[in-house]
Amino acid sequence: MTDTNAAMPKPVSQRRAIWQQFSNHKGALFGLITLGILIFAVLIGPYLWIPEKLSVAEAIKLKNQGPSFRFPFGTDQLGRDMLARMLLAGRVSLAVGLVAMLIAIVFGTLVGVLAGYFRRLDGPLMRLTDMFLALPLVPLLLVMVMLFRDRVASIVGPELGAFTLIVFAIGITSWMATARIVRGEVLTLKEREYVLAARSIGARPSRIILRHILPNVVSPVMVAATLGVAEAIITESVLSFLGLGFPPDFPTWGRLLFDGLQYMQVYPERVIWPGLAISLTVLSVNYIGDGLRDALDPRIRGR
Amino acid sequence: MLTFTLRRLLLAIPTLLVISLVIFLLVDLAPGSPLSDIPLTVPPDVRKKMIEALGADQPVIFRYVLWLRQFFWVEPAYLIDGWFGTTWAGDEQRILSWQSRSPVFTIIGQRLPQTLIVIGTAYLVGILIAVPIGIYSAYRQYSFFDQAGTLFAMIGFSVPTFFSGTLFIIIFAVWLGWFPTKYDTQLVVTDWASFLEQMRQMALPVMTLGLANAAAISRYMRSSMLDNMGMDYVRTARAKGMTERTVILKHVLRNSLIPVVTVIALGIPSIFGGAIITENLFGVNGIGAALIGAIHASDLPMVQTLAFIFAVLIVLFNLIADVLYGLLDPRIRYD
Repeated sequence: MTDTNAAMPKPVSQRRAIWQQFSNHKGALFGLITLGILIFAVLIGPYLWIPEKLSVAEAIKLKNQGPSFRFPFGTDQLGRDMLARMLLAGRVSLAVGLVAMLIAIVFGTLVGVLAGYFRRLDGPLMRLTDMFLALPLVPLLLVMVMLFRDRVASIVGPELGAFTLIVFAIGITSWMATARIVRGEVLTLKEREYVLAARSIGARPSRIILRHILPNVVSPVMVAATLGVAEAIITESVLSFLGLGFPPDFPTWGRLLFDGLQYMQVYPERVIWPGLAISLTVLSVNYIGDGLRDALDPRIRGR
Repeated sequence: MLTFTLRRLLLAIPTLLVISLVIFLLVDLAPGSPLSDIPLTVPPDVRKKMIEALGADQPVIFRYVLWLRQFFWVEPAYLIDGWFGTTWAGDEQRILSWQSRSPVFTIIGQRLPQTLIVIGTAYLVGILIAVPIGIYSAYRQYSFFDQAGTLFAMIGFSVPTFFSGTLFIIIFAVWLGWFPTKYDTQLVVTDWASFLEQMRQMALPVMTLGLANAAAISRYMRSSMLDNMGMDYVRTARAKGMTERTVILKHVLRNSLIPVVTVIALGIPSIFGGAIITENLFGVNGIGAALIGAIHASDLPMVQTLAFIFAVLIVLFNLIADVLYGLLDPRIRYD
């Protein structure tokens, strides 16, 4: 403030400012790098690390091996290579997190925009949100998976069935936070002058919403989405952990951990690898969300 | 305040009715009913009798209303009878578990103490850890302690309890052998030795859940303290020459605890329901374990009743949190 002659800082584009703030957040950077490595490993890994084809007899002989050059993560009770299983399981875990988050975000944004923009829908939709918030979610998820598993599996097959059911169940029970955030944003946005201007030149509600309101709710939704991925991954692993998740031949990290529990006392590493993978993923996603929240908030940015 | 409480109570009734209907229908209309699992070798007339005995041949609406009546009228009547020796309930039919044919509420009554002792202690421990951490992190913002506290909270958020619990078992029970891996439900505390045994077996579940709770609550505590530290009344207190200790612990802490207390109240339903994982992992024979057992055994009345109890608790503690907020903070008036 004392030196008024100092050159004004060069104006930077919004995207650049956000990135600068984001990269100042050490945790967020750590999260981005760790998550990047994990996603890369899970996507490319299964092509680089092809487990040996073992006959059943060979596999049984090689069961319960510790980490070695041949099996970096050891083998499980059926002689399956743990590294290959971890990589495949990671794909499913991350896919579950992403797809469930997408469902929750799309549904939550839809409800939030409708409730915020159309006053007549506000009451009923928000009561619906409150009701969902009061539901005991974990018990209901367990019941849903337990009761509908066989039916869905008989329609689309056991693997896809488990995936569809779990992703849908998680998505449909985690949209409420997004809906509330979006509604709050829309309520303030729709009173802005530019929305009034758009309305006065005769723009229809659909156009106002898509063109003027939605782009402005992107940043809170992005933060909610990041945190949603973490939540979905944890919820899925909770279901798998309680034995109501994915079938053992189509594992997720949660399922691997559940399988390893029986051998925990003798082969603790079989629990530690998947648990570490889940925790690292969730930790980095949470850090990214934290950093994004700071970076996308113009009041904090530049401080 | 009273009118607000009454209005919220009245509003809670339709919410709970809708929730009860959702829970009832979701469980009842699902394809995996235990009645479809009766072996084909059972003759048709026996099968019919079995269905009748379970009351599953009645229309859905009829069973729903009957269940509601049992839940809200018959069961409380039995409870009052049990306490005061009255005969209000007469011999009305209670909600029976399909697994054990005994009343669901009796089973819940047997299981609840285990849950409350273990999970309740964990919650208390969590609060007791979290509040000092939150206070000190806020007082020395951006210090090393604060950074460490942030890291601790972030890890506590991110490491799911089933993994931290397993890690604790591996480290403290398998490698070090300090604590037992499983919780022994049969243990009765009679003397000092059995009390110590009880403490030892509670250590791991309490640690697992307590750390997870502490992570969340310490964050709330810290941000609430930070909000208040910059207030004018804090400057006034310092200007009057009060010691730093009085300023922080009397003035700032009391005002900062208001939102934290409501957060703590909002978390209480999870003591009853959210600890399913911890109970399963450590073999605590509580409500969460009962729910999982009932789900695996397709015991519909038990699942419906437990899920609905959780919902009632959530609605109730939301209400309590709102009322508490108004009571504790005179600046907030709902009328």
